[in-house]
Amino acid sequence: MRLDISLAPETLFHIGSMAISNSFFWLMVVSVFLLVGTFFLNRSLKIRPGKIQNIVEMLLAGAYDFVETTVGDKKVARRAFPLVFTLFFFILFSNLMTFIPGQAAVTIKTADGVVPLFRAIIADYGLVFMMTMLSVLITQIVAIYVAGPFKYLGRFLNFTSPLNFFLGLMDLIGEVAKIMSLSFRLFGNIFAGEVLGAVMLFLFPFFLPLPFAFLGLLTAVVQAFVFAVLTLVFISMAATVTEAEAEGAK
Amino acid sequence: MEVEAAKYIAAGLAIGLGAIGPGIGEGIAASKALEAIGRNPEASGKITPLMFVAMAITESTAIYALVVTLIILFA
Repeated sequence: MRLDISLAPETLFHIGSMAISNSFFWLMVVSVFLLVGTFFLNRSLKIRPGKIQNIVEMLLAGAYDFVETTVGDKKVARRAFPLVFTLFFFILFSNLMTFIPGQAAVTIKTADGVVPLFRAIIADYGLVFMMTMLSVLITQIVAIYVAGPFKYLGRFLNFTSPLNFFLGLMDLIGEVAKIMSLSFRLFGNIFAGEVLGAVMLFLFPFFLPLPFAFLGLLTAVVQAFVFAVLTLVFISMAATVTEAEAEGAK
Repeated sequence: MEVEAAKYIAAGLAIGLGAIGPGIGEGIAASKALEAIGRNPEASGKITPLMFVAMAITESTAIYALVVTLIILFA
């Protein structure tokens, strides 16, 4: 049994010494599409909305209401919404792009053999890792900004008692583990979906992959949602000062 | 034992054992969420997204096992 499955994306061609992989190429296509689409939508905004603007406004308002109820703070919600919604929409869009039929058949001949031109973007760990780092770093910046640098350090290095010291170390590990859990969750789910689809297609073409395609559709939506909501929850947790810290400030 | 065979056995064990805990955990999460919706159907809009988030967090260990399996198999 020979299946073309690889963890790393395939290299299409080189620009200088930089390898352009198929997921990078596809990422550029998706990004340009999104940017141009947003640009034209932005320019055609009217006071009296048309059909497309109506739908977009409805979706955005619904998403904003959800963010506000989750955060529970209007100011934080207004600041976190653009980041969180962008993450959600980008992940969702690039996941849904993998369901365009026939794209797996488009291949290109390179020096290393025949490789597919398209690849699920989220099934490339590099991009997922960068998005996770973005979300984790912003969480830390928010925490430092809200609590102040010394209180922020005090959360992790607490010398008041041995138990508090131990708990502080555990918090530190927890912050680092966030990077792993967030990125592996998204990457693992999408990549597993791809592998599952390939294996099912190999076992029994056309009919057996169908239910798994629906499962993949559900995963695509739910994982985009989960990634965005977890980022939101981390940020809103970082933006609230804990009770003990508030008492220490008095 | 050949290395190839050991790899396949390791992959099977990794994902098989790793999926037990999250399976039970997600079942509990879903059952409690459905119970809550059964008691208070109006709250389903609030409960369902929270359930998905909780399930996704529960799922992480299974996903770690899956990533390890995939690395054993394909990398």
